[in-house]
Amino acid sequence: MNIWLTALRLAIGSLWVYKVRSFLTMLGIIIGIGSVIVMISIGRGAKANIQEQISSLGSNMLMIFSGSSRSGGVRGGFGTMPTLRVNDAEAIARECPAIANVTYSIVKNMQVVSGNTNWGTSVQGTTPEYRLVRDWPVKEGEFINANHFKSAASVVVLGSAVAENLFESWENAIGQKIRINNFPFRIIGVMGSKGRTPTGRDQDDVVFVPYTTAMRKLMGSRLPGVVHFIGVSAQSKQLVDEAKREVEDLLRQRHRILTEADDDFTVRTLDEIAATSEKTGNIMTLLLTSVAAVSLVVGGIGIMNIMLVSVTERTREIGVRMAVGARERDVLIQFLVESTTMSFVGGLLGALLGIGASPIFLATLFSAAVGIFFGFYPARKASRLDPIQALNYE
Amino acid sequence: MATPIIRIKELKKIYPMEGETIVALKGIDLEIQPGEFLAVMGPSGSGKSTLMHILGLLDSLTEGMYELEGRDVSHISREKRADIRNRKVGFVFQTFNLLARSTALDNVKLPLLYRRPRINGSQEKAMEALRTVGLADRASHLPRQLSGGQQQRVAIARALVNDPALILADEPTGNLDTKTGREIMKLLNSLHERGITIIMVTHDPEIGRFARRRIEVRDGIIIQDEED
Repeated sequence: MNIWLTALRLAIGSLWVYKVRSFLTMLGIIIGIGSVIVMISIGRGAKANIQEQISSLGSNMLMIFSGSSRSGGVRGGFGTMPTLRVNDAEAIARECPAIANVTYSIVKNMQVVSGNTNWGTSVQGTTPEYRLVRDWPVKEGEFINANHFKSAASVVVLGSAVAENLFESWENAIGQKIRINNFPFRIIGVMGSKGRTPTGRDQDDVVFVPYTTAMRKLMGSRLPGVVHFIGVSAQSKQLVDEAKREVEDLLRQRHRILTEADDDFTVRTLDEIAATSEKTGNIMTLLLTSVAAVSLVVGGIGIMNIMLVSVTERTREIGVRMAVGARERDVLIQFLVESTTMSFVGGLLGALLGIGASPIFLATLFSAAVGIFFGFYPARKASRLDPIQALNYE
Repeated sequence: MATPIIRIKELKKIYPMEGETIVALKGIDLEIQPGEFLAVMGPSGSGKSTLMHILGLLDSLTEGMYELEGRDVSHISREKRADIRNRKVGFVFQTFNLLARSTALDNVKLPLLYRRPRINGSQEKAMEALRTVGLADRASHLPRQLSGGQQQRVAIARALVNDPALILADEPTGNLDTKTGREIMKLLNSLHERGITIIMVTHDPEIGRFARRRIEVRDGIIIQDEED
């Protein structure tokens, strides 16, 4: 028989003799491995969730916001300074080769009224390309088209959250009239659901009207041609960075920004947003995993402790084996295989536990059970001592 | 005469112990021929156990020369010593030293487990050794299910299983009553009659009389060497 097989047989034999002790020792490893797996899968799940949210923003999209307003020392944040114009967007469409579609919009929070109900939401005046840039399917009806845009038609497309809030069933919303700012608008479509952004905003709580209509009827600005947001989609994923550079160069030129001066706009790519959230996720995973790793180390120390005890206990056995010809190597292998068997079986059980069960419930249950069990055994041992023997114990 | 199975010249063993050095063996010269039955006698502390450990290659020597079957084994590695113990030497201890959780048969098989290269038929070899000591029907018993005499017989079977050149017995009757002790001695005697070399350490002159040759060790030297 092979020496390793012999050692494995011996190891399983001697672990089996001390079943309870072996199991208790393994428990550390079981918990350690189990928690590592649970932590990693929690981390993975969170990351996948974030990825999904980010890709829901649109494919290969770049977002361009106008700069921050400044009055005295107070800075207003992105979009408060009207530096972006419709002709900026048109120039981007004309002059940047890495770009597929360009859209722009102007946004204002307004009250939308349908019959006797109303709903406060974000009204976006935008272009037909918006749907393409955001990669956002229409669930029912149609999106704003070029004719609506050119003729500044009074049509509106509802986000799914708005449709649900204004109409009992959104299927019959198409063709109905709603009023925004006292102007009647005809509903031509309902958007599919996009869910929340990574920052928690509900993307479906929105209505879309043609930009031209918004400028004329809803948000008549003192500065014609102002937009709050320009959205751009790159030709491909590889071209996102290239597109960003082109857009930045073009806008700096158009806005006559000197080399040293700061931009009066901000270009964000989805990758940048994704990178930030991924970083947060990674740190979280690392943290959880290192906590789990500590419990693994503790489990390992438990095994070491028990093996030390086992070696002391079996000093005589080792002597006999050596007398009949066991070499140092043979003895080393015997004990190594024993401890490895213990941690391997423990790891296996831990993995099954980690994969198989709902993590939080199990962890709670487990820690409670561990507390009771570890406390109970020594307590019972103490309570069963003979008082006379205990008193004479040295 | 043939090559002696054991030839020792000027053997010395010095231990360091708590800052002092203890000279356990002060210069031993000894030749043992194949097939001899030798008793090493002497009071405790005389150095007879140290001598036995060196003869059995459990311990190394400090000075001098040791030849086993004509081969110089004075200064060889621990690993080589383990291999020679396995192939050439069978030990019988005062306290039997059986593995408590293994059956008689598994105890006898133990030396075969460490034999290199491995051999086939270890089961049969171990059964044969048990048969030699008259315990074939106890093969599946654990040591605690056997009497002291039976345990010592299992230990002797274990010593025999690798067909050693030499059996070293350290007070083999020390933990047994007189009657059982005699039986064990008879068993050793029958092995001697089959031509196996036996070296036995004892402080009991009556047990010593079973051997054909007796040496007496005192204070690390041989003071007497008599043969029947």
